[in-house]
Amino acid sequence: MVGSNISNIRNIITRNKRSEYIFGIVGLLAMLVGIITLFALIGDLIGDGLARLNWQFIISFPSSEPEEAGIFAAWVGTVSVMIVTAFAAIPLGIAAAIYLEEYAQKGWLSDLIEINVTNLAGVPSIIYGLLGLGIFVYGLKLDRSIASAGLTLALLILPVVIVATREALRAIPSNIREAAYACGASKWQMIWDHVLPYATGTILTGIIVALARAIGETAPLIVVGAVTFIASLPPSPITGEFPFISFQWLLDTFTVLPIQMFNWVDRPQEAFQVNAAAAGVVLIAMTLAMNAVAIYLRYRLRKNIKW
Amino acid sequence: MTKVRSSLSQSTKLSPKRLRNIREKIIESFLFLAALSSVATTIAIVAILLVECLHFFQEVSLWDFLTDTQWTPLFENQHFGILPLVSGTLVTTGVALLVAIPLGTIIAIYLSEFAPSIVREAVKPLLELLAGVPTVVYGYFALLFVTPLLQIILPDLPYSNMLSAGIVMGIMIIPYISSLSEDAMRAVPNSLREGSYATGATRYQTALKVILPSAFSGISAAYILGISRAIGETMVVAIAAGGQPNLTLNPMEPAQTLTAYIVSVSLGDLPYGSLEYQTIFAVGLTLILMTLIFNIIGYYLTKRYREVY
Repeated sequence: MVGSNISNIRNIITRNKRSEYIFGIVGLLAMLVGIITLFALIGDLIGDGLARLNWQFIISFPSSEPEEAGIFAAWVGTVSVMIVTAFAAIPLGIAAAIYLEEYAQKGWLSDLIEINVTNLAGVPSIIYGLLGLGIFVYGLKLDRSIASAGLTLALLILPVVIVATREALRAIPSNIREAAYACGASKWQMIWDHVLPYATGTILTGIIVALARAIGETAPLIVVGAVTFIASLPPSPITGEFPFISFQWLLDTFTVLPIQMFNWVDRPQEAFQVNAAAAGVVLIAMTLAMNAVAIYLRYRLRKNIKW
Repeated sequence: MTKVRSSLSQSTKLSPKRLRNIREKIIESFLFLAALSSVATTIAIVAILLVECLHFFQEVSLWDFLTDTQWTPLFENQHFGILPLVSGTLVTTGVALLVAIPLGTIIAIYLSEFAPSIVREAVKPLLELLAGVPTVVYGYFALLFVTPLLQIILPDLPYSNMLSAGIVMGIMIIPYISSLSEDAMRAVPNSLREGSYATGATRYQTALKVILPSAFSGISAAYILGISRAIGETMVVAIAAGGQPNLTLNPMEPAQTLTAYIVSVSLGDLPYGSLEYQTIFAVGLTLILMTLIFNIIGYYLTKRYREVY
């Protein structure tokens, strides 16, 4: 009786150990699916496109001949749109976060703003395209321009910047604030001279992640009205005559790297798909590098800061 | 005379402080306006969609919109039935979730309960990178890598199909599901794990029967985020799933989704204010309402299964 009981228990234990072992393998495989996909994707792009990637490709305008086409207009467009996005989203996002974290009193208004920021982060990006089309293109009559595109993307990443900045501010211990007050600082002096400088690293990480997301966004910019065939650069921001700075480029038509890539993928000729792969390599190198910098920064900050 | 002078000196003495207060107030109101901009964004989204849809539904009856089985607003013979686009969105989302939910949940359990910390530290950034890849690149990958691969097993698979778009979309949203679920599981207090181990349960049994149910509220929030991502995802389906509306539930066929329709119309040059222009806002509103419905369901799920320790 006792013997059969013990062997019974032993059986259960072996069975449990086996299921534990099997799950360990299943878990590893599941992770491998994700990681192998990442490498397959990068490998596939590099395999298809690296041969096409040369200096001439980087400084050529699009063309109907796949071998002569390049991404000059596209990457200049990406850089110009990103400048607008960064100038709009970073100050606005940080200011909103400071208000929510340091000033807002508990109440229906701050609750409303809070719920709203969370919900905005879940709105599909293409809806922001419709918003940009309605407000910037037709409402403010900015037309299908670099400014419209940059501002649309700024609205898109605003929730990301706000959330990241709030987390950074929340991580600053309150005794820093109290010490500043004790020295006679006003609220704003406390924030500007003490809290913000300490939070800069973490905020920067969040901003890099947000901009990396904006660089890869395609759908909202198609809706706002990107042009897929541009054979000239926007007017230079620096001019020879007084006042030497021109903002005319803001109102020029635009295209960006992901849209150039989409345009090439969509064509039936294989040679254009090779171009798409090459543009994809440039795009992925930009976003992955930005993400890697952010991950590294986060890691460094977590290690170095000891309050 | 002395009275006046003393009051004068008092006011000049007060003025730096008053100036400082005024400055503080101005700064505070600027910050408040910035915070309000997010509310303004929401209001603008709702207002723009509603106004354009109001015009749209003056021309097209709501009944036709919801029941007609054809969507051909750009053809001579115009039909405005949203169903084919909705079915395309539901099928691609369904395929994506069949990939992402099992894989994401298993990865989350593995990382939270099984993996040594070295593995966790190494894998999590890699998975985060998966979420950082631009979606247009995933579209390229689905069309020119996954579809040819699937065609080896399924020779009848057409060049554009919802299956490969759905699978790639699923892998794309794994990180969203796995990292949020893992956070939820790690938030389960250790006393529950220890209690389970003390009764003789293995790690596998603990994970499945104790941790998973306790963290279900957070895990369902992760699923809802994944669903929202899949419904709203645009470039993968626009590139790999095909460009014709198609009322079917068969993932091996090509079909257009709500988002892909908006993209394909936007690529052309539609006159502002025309009925065709308004269709993209009607489709956008449908898209928002679909995500909203899933989010409401999710909200009740998270509430229903919330465990308080």
